[in-house]
Amino acid sequence: MLKYLLRRLALVVPTLFFVSVLIFGLQQLLPGDPAIALAGEDRDPNVVAYLRAKFHLDEPLPVRYWYWLSGVLQGDLGDSVRIQKPVLELILEKLPVTIQLATMAMLIALAIGITAGVISAVKKGTAWDYAANLFALWGLSTPNFWLGILLILLFAVQLGWLPASGYVSPFEDLKANLAAMIMPAFVLGNAIAAVLMRHTRSAMLQVLSSDYVRTARAKGLDERVVVLKHALQNALIPIITLGALEFGTLLSGAVLTEQVFSIPGFGKLIVDAVFNRDYLVVQGVVLFTATVYITLNLLADLAYFLVNPRMRVS
Amino acid sequence: MRRLLRRSGAMFGLAVVTFFVLLALAAPWLAPHDPLATSWSAVRHAPSGAYLFGADELGRDVLSRIIWGTRASILAGVVSVSISLALGVPIGMLAGYVGRWVDALISRVTDAMLACPFLILAIALAAFLGPSLTNAMIAIGISATPVFIRLTRAQVLSAKSEDYVEAARALGNPHLRIALRHIFPNIVAPLIVQATLAIAAAVIAEASLSFLGLGQQPPAPSWGSMLNVARNYVDQAPWMAIWPGVSIFLLVLSFNLLGDGLRDALDPRHK
Repeated sequence: MLKYLLRRLALVVPTLFFVSVLIFGLQQLLPGDPAIALAGEDRDPNVVAYLRAKFHLDEPLPVRYWYWLSGVLQGDLGDSVRIQKPVLELILEKLPVTIQLATMAMLIALAIGITAGVISAVKKGTAWDYAANLFALWGLSTPNFWLGILLILLFAVQLGWLPASGYVSPFEDLKANLAAMIMPAFVLGNAIAAVLMRHTRSAMLQVLSSDYVRTARAKGLDERVVVLKHALQNALIPIITLGALEFGTLLSGAVLTEQVFSIPGFGKLIVDAVFNRDYLVVQGVVLFTATVYITLNLLADLAYFLVNPRMRVS
Repeated sequence: MRRLLRRSGAMFGLAVVTFFVLLALAAPWLAPHDPLATSWSAVRHAPSGAYLFGADELGRDVLSRIIWGTRASILAGVVSVSISLALGVPIGMLAGYVGRWVDALISRVTDAMLACPFLILAIALAAFLGPSLTNAMIAIGISATPVFIRLTRAQVLSAKSEDYVEAARALGNPHLRIALRHIFPNIVAPLIVQATLAIAAAVIAEASLSFLGLGQQPPAPSWGSMLNVARNYVDQAPWMAIWPGVSIFLLVLSFNLLGDGLRDALDPRHK
């Protein structure tokens, strides 16, 4: 276990190093003087001078990278030019909103995706299977910002059941919070449900043809027990670990969903930063996302290692 | 090819993709109105004989803008994936063929790129490069490159141990010739499948970037930017939101169906 963990960690370090080089490199894409570009629309000479000094822009590139990296390692991602706050503080402020959205979306995706995947595998080749596959294709092909607009049209404009946009903190009014979050969570969960459905279908098909399922059937067990207890429980292992890898899709989707529904989360932060030319926030968000992604990936790998005895033996 | 022709989903996909390509090519002749011409008397005009898909907030014909917008979507899909292929395939071949520290280095850089979620990386690149359709295509192309590096590397690794490569090596062929003449033709099939599916993702990504204002710039028509404007008028002019979305959906669905069909046809194990 320790050997595996160390080997896995040894791979993470260089990956994180290249992530930092990549994100630092983004700044080099800015046309002209980076200090002027980073200073935002106002180009306040004081801000320009401050940025030039802070990022050591007169120094050679490797030295600048070293200064930048030392700051990042101490949690200093720079300050937002527009909001005049540390980038990390801004990210942590917006994060809970996106975590709530992402959690609700994942729960919806798991409920729909696993159910559709199980039905599709058990009823392979029937109309149910085709319907589930069509659903997956629909989920993968629908731009979530369009689905969001359609749902607003139906549930907010036509039926008047849900608010079209906005956000209320769950600590202020839980009911209003859920009413505001259910549509965006469904929109975000839709595409992931499609991916989970495909994973569940293939995992279930594999498990259903295994010896222990045949034995369970031969013992005369009820088909429902065979499918839900014997097959699904084992198929869930790869589904959950593969599901963890959908984190990137979840965050990418959150950017668009939060924009459509005006939810003040992590995704809206990066979009607003792009429009305000608040490049340090953009850089900070990408760095933060990549670090979280690598950590989750590592945890998913370790979880898979822990729950799968065959891997432990090998 | 015969295996592909038997798949109705893939054939539907191919037909719709062909339809959209023809639409993009024949846009000047097919569009009933100038896509940029505004008309104050037609502001948010509901669908009618004169404006089949209705008119937008500036009185521009939605159908004409959809037809012209096809160009941005198809172009973005094809150009971005061409960039990914042009970068990803040689780098992946280098990693797979040379191995050792070259492979380790390329693999870690690929891991780093894959750690940044696709759309977030594309947004960041487009933001730093500046908003335009060309930059959006570059951003999407670069963001999708690691997938092609990984796929090519894996294919080269498995092809490298095949007998025909051993034979080519035993005959004293130079490395470049082995890689290009013997390995490359044998790894093309999975790359075509991945490229088709990547076009679907690139079309959505371009629409997403344009929706956020980072792709095609107004007043030039693009389905994503049309949706961005439409969301402000969803209660007064829902047709502005429906048609661009249907178009993106149909084009992406078709590329996905075609990609799935190609995968099943080229690799019978994958069902």
